[in-house]
Amino acid sequence: MAGFNVSGLTASFDGERVIGPLSLHVREGERVALVGRSGAGKSTLIGLLHQQVNRFSSLIPQNLGLVNALPVFHNVYMGRLDANATWYNILTLVRPFVKDTNEVKALLVELAISEKLWIPTASLSGGQRQRVAVARALYQNSDMLLADEPVSALDGPAAHQVMKLLNQRFLTSVIALHDVELALAYCTRIVGIQDGQIALDEPSEKLTPADIMPLY
Amino acid sequence: MLSSPTVRISLIFTAIALVGLVFADIAITAANPWKDLGRFFLGVITPDFFSTEGLATALLRTVAFAFVGVALGSVCGFLLALVYRAYPVRIFCAFIRAIHELFWALIFLQFFGFHPLTGVLAIAIPYSGIFAKVYSEILEEADPEPGRLLPPGTGVISAFLFARVPDCWVQLRTYTAYRLECGLRSSAILGFVGLPTLGFYLESAFSQGHYSDAGAMLILFYVLIATLPLWVKPKLLPVYILGAPFFLGEGMPIVWGNVTRFFTQDIVPSPLKNEEGWAGMGAWLGELFVDQALPGIWNTVILTQIALVATGIIALLSFPLISTHFGGPARRTGGHVFLVILRSTPEYILAYILLQLWGPSMLPAVVALALHNGGIIGHLIGRQSSSIGLRPDAPTGLNRYTYELVPRIYRSFLAFLFYRWEIIMRETAILGILGIYTLGFYVDSAIQNIQFDKAMVLILITASLNIGVDILGRVIRRKLALQTMPTC
Repeated sequence: MAGFNVSGLTASFDGERVIGPLSLHVREGERVALVGRSGAGKSTLIGLLHQQVNRFSSLIPQNLGLVNALPVFHNVYMGRLDANATWYNILTLVRPFVKDTNEVKALLVELAISEKLWIPTASLSGGQRQRVAVARALYQNSDMLLADEPVSALDGPAAHQVMKLLNQRFLTSVIALHDVELALAYCTRIVGIQDGQIALDEPSEKLTPADIMPLY
Repeated sequence: MLSSPTVRISLIFTAIALVGLVFADIAITAANPWKDLGRFFLGVITPDFFSTEGLATALLRTVAFAFVGVALGSVCGFLLALVYRAYPVRIFCAFIRAIHELFWALIFLQFFGFHPLTGVLAIAIPYSGIFAKVYSEILEEADPEPGRLLPPGTGVISAFLFARVPDCWVQLRTYTAYRLECGLRSSAILGFVGLPTLGFYLESAFSQGHYSDAGAMLILFYVLIATLPLWVKPKLLPVYILGAPFFLGEGMPIVWGNVTRFFTQDIVPSPLKNEEGWAGMGAWLGELFVDQALPGIWNTVILTQIALVATGIIALLSFPLISTHFGGPARRTGGHVFLVILRSTPEYILAYILLQLWGPSMLPAVVALALHNGGIIGHLIGRQSSSIGLRPDAPTGLNRYTYELVPRIYRSFLAFLFYRWEIIMRETAILGILGIYTLGFYVDSAIQNIQFDKAMVLILITASLNIGVDILGRVIRRKLALQTMPTC
């Protein structure tokens, strides 16, 4: 499955409805940007979608979900923990295999943080941590990406580089982005969220930044 | 002031302790208490490290029992922590940790005799229960997010080792190291029931009036604990753990017939053994309850409540000794040394010493419990008070103490105190072995009279009392929204 069709999604917080009910149909190959004011429910929606399509997607949550005490290598390796036997994973914890090290290192080279391979993620900067989470999602090798502000801590060129990489490696993606320029540049479809509902749903080529502004 | 719940609870507990004092047996019965105390202190400042050859062996055995017991306890505790969600596991752990190391030792002595296994299990069993609880709390606090992000189909063990353990690792290690220190104290006092550790030699030195020998042992014990971070290094740990079992001593061989007899005859309540039926059982239990359990519970509770308040007073008085808001570095160093000594001396040893000097009454027990526990809490809140930043023109002296510091540390002070409530009660019960009429006294007498059935019932009662106080302490801490990390 490289697309999904979900309907009747709802979420409540403290008894107050924050999402939906809403439906979303994403076809294979679509790159959807979720835009909207902070607090509109984008992160909640990403989380809900992940619950629905978990098995087929890689997730980059806003808080990244890194294991701070582990080095970058192991955090990235965790993206494919299911692919190896338990004894192999335990050995890797103690002493990684060369094959995996090379593979992870190649990914980190593309993200320009290969020199941090053995550094615990706790001591990395915000932007570096974000790139580790991106590397983990890439390493997981799934067709679909669900990401919540994956480049918010990166500066201009680095943000473009990462977005380009994500587009290359994932067939389908749903990315929450507050940066309208990036959304229009890298996504094929813009979905605007307002008060937990879909307030805008158009192909990117039909939109200009001015069309999206009213959502903010 | 009175409307504050923390002040109110403090006043209620103080009032209970004052009422308790009326009923408590507080006296100095020795003919020459101060002269003996003087001779003891003279002994401490003129230690004799070479008189008994047994001293080095006793230290070695103390360390060996601590390592083997704590290592075994931490492995079992870790495994239990993994299934700690299950209610029966929680109850089982609460139960095994509610029984003091010395009680476990007394039980195992009856059927394993003076075999090293007795000392190892006496430490390992209650420690497993404590480790299980604390480890599971630490693991629970780990960020659940990395676990949620793992690809579906990841094995349980891989997920646990990658997503959960690493972020808790430092905390798990710190707590285990801290427990090792507690294990050294537990190991030392096991000597009082005849195992070949420090307590055994301390007791014989005292009973013969060799105060310089006793002083030497105490000083070496403090040095051992104070230098713990220097000689316990992660790299050396496997060496210690693998080596320790070989230094436990030979002891006596286990007579397996005794083990069978203990479980099939000794601990079977006598009315059942003599086929007096359930009526006889009722009468037997009733008599046991009225003659031994009730007076034991009464004295244990009174002594606990007095010791609890005394602990609080000592803690509040002693924390300025190490606080950076008072005194210069010289005085603070002195304060640290003083509090380390209070912390490192097991209350059992303190009580034993004071009992020898002052004669039997509740007083030595109260003072011992208050000094040891007050030293621990004083150290913790003193350290915490140093992290408080005062405004540059803050008052000094007594005003600084009463207005700036005590109000700020009072909540965590109460949290620690209520956390230690159950620990104080467990110790109070055990001090009965020294001749104070708490539950331990009745347990010990029953064992002396070879009535193991009665001893077991009394130990079960003691355990339930501890569990009850533990629950009550937790309820109070939750009501007052007090949080704390575990201390031993």
